[in-house]
Amino acid sequence: MVIEPPGEGSPPVVEMRRVTKAFGAVRALEDGSVRLVAGEAHALLGENGAGKSTLVKILAGVHPPDDGEVLVDGVPVRFAGPAAAQAAGVSIIYQEPTLFPDLTVAENIFIGRQPLRRGRRIDEAAMNARAVELFTRLGVAIDPRRPARGLSVADQQIVEIAKAIAFRARVFVMDEPTAALSSAEVNRLFDVVRTLRADGAAVLFISHRLEEVFAICQQVTVMRDGRFVRTDPIGDLTVDQIIRSMVGRDLSALYPKTVTEPGEPVLEVRGLGRLGAFRDVSFTVRAGEIVALAGLVGAGRSEVARAIFGIDRSDAGTVTIGGRRLRPGSPQAAMAAGIGFVPEDRRQQGLVMDLAIDRNVALASLGRLRRFGLIRRSAETALAADWAGRLRLKAGRLTDPAWTLSGGNQQKVVLGKWLARRPALLIIDEPTRGIDVGTKTEVHRLLDELVSQGVAVLMISSELPEVLGMADRVLVLHEGRLAAELSRADADEASIMRAATGQNVGTAA
Amino acid sequence: MTAVGPAPAPAPAPASGAATEAPRRMLERVSRARELGIVAAIVIVFLVTTGKNSAFAHGESVQQLLAGTCLIALLGAGETLVIVTRNVDLSVGSVLGLSAYVVGDLFAHHQEMPQVAAYGVGIGIGLVCGAVNGLVTTVFRVPSLVVTLAALYVVRGIDALIVNGKQVDPASIPHGFQELGSAAVFHIPWLAVFVAVIIGVIGYAMRSFRPARDLYAIGSNPDAAALAGIPTGRRVFTAFLISGGLAGLGGVLFLSEFATVASTAGSGYEFLVIAAVVVGGVAIFGGSGTVLGAALGALLLNTINQALVAAQVSAFWNQAIAGFLLLAAIAFDRFLALRVNRALRSAERGAS
Repeated sequence: MVIEPPGEGSPPVVEMRRVTKAFGAVRALEDGSVRLVAGEAHALLGENGAGKSTLVKILAGVHPPDDGEVLVDGVPVRFAGPAAAQAAGVSIIYQEPTLFPDLTVAENIFIGRQPLRRGRRIDEAAMNARAVELFTRLGVAIDPRRPARGLSVADQQIVEIAKAIAFRARVFVMDEPTAALSSAEVNRLFDVVRTLRADGAAVLFISHRLEEVFAICQQVTVMRDGRFVRTDPIGDLTVDQIIRSMVGRDLSALYPKTVTEPGEPVLEVRGLGRLGAFRDVSFTVRAGEIVALAGLVGAGRSEVARAIFGIDRSDAGTVTIGGRRLRPGSPQAAMAAGIGFVPEDRRQQGLVMDLAIDRNVALASLGRLRRFGLIRRSAETALAADWAGRLRLKAGRLTDPAWTLSGGNQQKVVLGKWLARRPALLIIDEPTRGIDVGTKTEVHRLLDELVSQGVAVLMISSELPEVLGMADRVLVLHEGRLAAELSRADADEASIMRAATGQNVGTAA
Repeated sequence: MTAVGPAPAPAPAPASGAATEAPRRMLERVSRARELGIVAAIVIVFLVTTGKNSAFAHGESVQQLLAGTCLIALLGAGETLVIVTRNVDLSVGSVLGLSAYVVGDLFAHHQEMPQVAAYGVGIGIGLVCGAVNGLVTTVFRVPSLVVTLAALYVVRGIDALIVNGKQVDPASIPHGFQELGSAAVFHIPWLAVFVAVIIGVIGYAMRSFRPARDLYAIGSNPDAAALAGIPTGRRVFTAFLISGGLAGLGGVLFLSEFATVASTAGSGYEFLVIAAVVVGGVAIFGGSGTVLGAALGALLLNTINQALVAAQVSAFWNQAIAGFLLLAAIAFDRFLALRVNRALRSAERGAS
């Protein structure tokens, strides 16, 4: 295929013009605009909550836009569903691909359009041969006849890309494809992207890692708070300009951080291990400091937190709280010892969504609210009202169910639930995932206040700016092992990513 | 903190073909082993029982064994289609009962009715029931467990209303029609041949046609199936339709085999069928399993059943053993899944 020189002359394969989308009262996207040209890799940048995922879902045909236009080859279209978007040549490669674990790799690629032989029967030999052909073109070797179950995330993405090619896709949308990949896998993916470009495909590449964007993309579109900010050729922009466009405000305002002198050790973890998840993890968290657990998805961060809190049983090592050894595998014991746990998945694990807000707040403190073994409703209400005020909760009534709240306010309820117990140690997994930028800052300010009151915080976060902005120390996990421990002064994006991808094991002090 | 181990070498070239060969072979071996394992179990039970009671291997006994398996295996084929999509059809026994009585009653009033019409009516009743199950499940998105549980009672209720305390007796069923259900060649009932052909056809179709592969995709990952543009609703509907149709056919065959139909005909079959399907290696949460496996599961359960009768063990043990087998089958599946997962993961690690 001929590579057309991108420029004013070549019409975009896909274009979105001032697309808007609201979910109930939440305006997720107010101005989504992007032009994708054949043969170009186009970066879509923005913080979490900037509206990138909504834009992608509209492009994928998952959500219909409320307003604005989506054009394919210059013609306005309205996708009835994912199948329609696919038929128009738009394929989405999600960060965690959704394959069929029970089907073979080749079937995953050709599902619904398997090559046929006489009598409309599936031609398995041809199907496998074509899968091999696709993989050869992409420069990878995956056995088409093995089941998809057990493939690494990187290989799953390659299978998704092969599937998209088999569907004759012309637009490949990659939603944070590199988040869970090792550097070698990232390089392999980039080779694949170059092959796609050379074949005349348009690629929309979403990533938080700017160095990757500079390595692979020709155009950059920046979004902020659901709005289009700018589109420029990558050569015209510097890293600083991009970051300023994305953030639109001073970083220190986003991450209020009072550096305090840490006190006595609160949590001591020694040689903690759990088969198949992590091993030999040792660290200390002192009163009045935030220690961040960083690492790639699947490095074992959440697993370590769950083992400390006793949700999962560790099979090696010890956890000590305030000098006393904690019984493993018992969340009750962990709570009694003064640990609070704010899980990653608010909706599933942090809140009872159908239960009233005040009851959710009181849920972890019921022991204190009892009289003669019965829970006092008035005490529940008083406790919740007190915390709602302190957390500046934006809620209708405290008796409304928790699902009526926005993501940020839900997170405040979970925080309130644990803070009501006055914990010595708060473990918080992804404190601001899926929370809008304004509320994010409030959650960060809360954490900062807690720490200044002498609470020890163990924070797990995938957002490097959050880690760098809030943490006093950073522990980096790589494949279930502690790869580095960095002080606030030493930690930067590069040092954390190096350790997280297993490149500088040994620099830990 | 001390430094941690030597740095793992950066992942070199992607998985080589040879490295992924092993887990695939293992998986193939495992899935075939499942069916071979059932065959082996059948053979062992058969031999042991014959050793204690030589009459067990006699022609009549074998014929009885096969005949008793036929209906469960036939219904199991339809049930497999449904379970593969991560649904379940609990109404098959009731549908069989209704179909059997209605067709029998028609014969009682119209002796000269052509056999084709009998099959048409029976299958038609099944298709209607299957269509209702499928519609409510896919259009109104009610869990199939609830839908077909309701259908189990509703269809049985309709059956009881129609039967109204009467029953179909052999005298009113034409002799020619009973031929299929009772005749045999070399002690192989024609019924078994007929059912085997149907299962063979469905089994082949499940391997070779796109819509059939869609069923596996839907059960394996429903969200991904919808994203891949598979018409999931239509496919699940079709699975229920076929399951209903086969249950309706089952009713006709029931009539030709027993010629006596009361309002309780086929009650409890749904659990025998599901037990056979699960013992036969169809994953209860969808995505994998074959109709051949389900048929073998039915044969195994029935062989044990008959063996206990031959060994003069009380009927209580019969059910208890079926239950234990079911548990063993599920435990075995779980164990295998974990083993295979680990093998696939380690192959992936080793290869990348």
